[in-house]
Amino acid sequence: MKDFSREEIDHVLDTAEKLEPVARGMEKSRLLDGKIIALLFFEPSTRTRLSFETATQRLGGQIINLGAVEASSVMKGENLADTIRVISKYADLIVLRHPQDGSARMASEFASVPIINGGDGSIHHPTQTFLDLYTIRRESHLEGLKIAMAGDLKYGRTVHSLCHALSLYGAEMTFVSPPELQMPAEIVRDLKKQNIKVRETDSFEDVIGDIEVLYMTRVQQERFPDPEEYEKVKNRLKLTGELLENAAPDLKILHPLPRVNEIAPEVDDTPHARYFEQAFYGVPTRMALLALAMGVIE
Amino acid sequence: MTEKRNLKVQAIENGTVIDHIKAGQALNVLRILRIITDCRGTVSFVMNAPGAKGRKDVVKVEGRALNVEELNKISLIAPNATVNIIRDFVVLQKKKVVLPSYVEGVVRCINPNCISNSREPIKSKFSVVRSEEGGVVLRCLYCEHVISENIAERLV
Repeated sequence: MKDFSREEIDHVLDTAEKLEPVARGMEKSRLLDGKIIALLFFEPSTRTRLSFETATQRLGGQIINLGAVEASSVMKGENLADTIRVISKYADLIVLRHPQDGSARMASEFASVPIINGGDGSIHHPTQTFLDLYTIRRESHLEGLKIAMAGDLKYGRTVHSLCHALSLYGAEMTFVSPPELQMPAEIVRDLKKQNIKVRETDSFEDVIGDIEVLYMTRVQQERFPDPEEYEKVKNRLKLTGELLENAAPDLKILHPLPRVNEIAPEVDDTPHARYFEQAFYGVPTRMALLALAMGVIE
Repeated sequence: MTEKRNLKVQAIENGTVIDHIKAGQALNVLRILRIITDCRGTVSFVMNAPGAKGRKDVVKVEGRALNVEELNKISLIAPNATVNIIRDFVVLQKKKVVLPSYVEGVVRCINPNCISNSREPIKSKFSVVRSEEGGVVLRCLYCEHVISENIAERLV
């Protein structure tokens, strides 16, 4: 995400907005007519894969798939570089999801067609960040946003990228997490260097009345060696309807999904809950990225 | 006084003197130069010698010039080092090592999950910058992990 300037991000978001009626099925588009998009997903994914498929088909393009890794040439020992070189000969663009860090960057060195990083390793998932930004822009505003991020801020790659991107828009950020899952110190330091106002707390009560967007993340059980400790943290970071009584009327709640139990079901029915719409925004955002990468839209 | 110093590190007739090496890094410099396994000339070195800017190490290698790759590696672990080329006991040329802005295939990424540590046909790639404290900071161009300590241990 750090490769993108604010102007470039804005251009992607503007393009997504133009394509949103197509994503909703209200208009038809043939922008990717005759184009073949290869989805190379080396690890499980539901939302990212299906939203790329939807985005391609809404733009009139065709999909080819790697299918199950177990049934592919990878099991015969083929390296990723060769796989990319071969698929480059079949498709006009490759969307890659791979468990190793930096795999998309490497793939771009071997590909003769554009590569879109659909999430590599544990650090980068740039299309998620684009859709998060698009959601915030559509549901609230980006400039000078008052946002709180909550949950697993230590390992959550979506919040790390989002922090960086929002810093380009001068956001005020509050990080809500237990001490063991705090935002890494170097990220906080980098943000402060850019004169971003940063606050850290371990409770929703401190922030809920003072923010415009609450970005929730899932706390993963495997991060805790002690199951009892996990139970305690999980319950402390649960967003309930009662907590929202003190929220600003226009507060929007986002979550990259899947959620487990960090957002109580009663929150779904409030006007604050925007996480399912956020999942939809993945479609126009990925349509924009596909169209821009293919050069079918300027 | 001069005699005493000469006793510590004997002057060389032809070869290279690497001076102002960060104290404690002389053995790593020898490793970079593959001196320990592959050298015919005399090699002498001093560790923790007093210098104008604090303690330093010095390495003298008889009958040996340094290539660019070796200089780049040395600059990563001793960014303030100077290289003196000696002919007939006289310093023919003296220059500071230059920290490259980019190195390829020189350092292994610290992140075990980095694609450059897999069986792919690629070499590691790092951007190189000086830290505010004067040290060296490497950033992997694949996974973006940063290496700022124990670089010598990560040399390929």
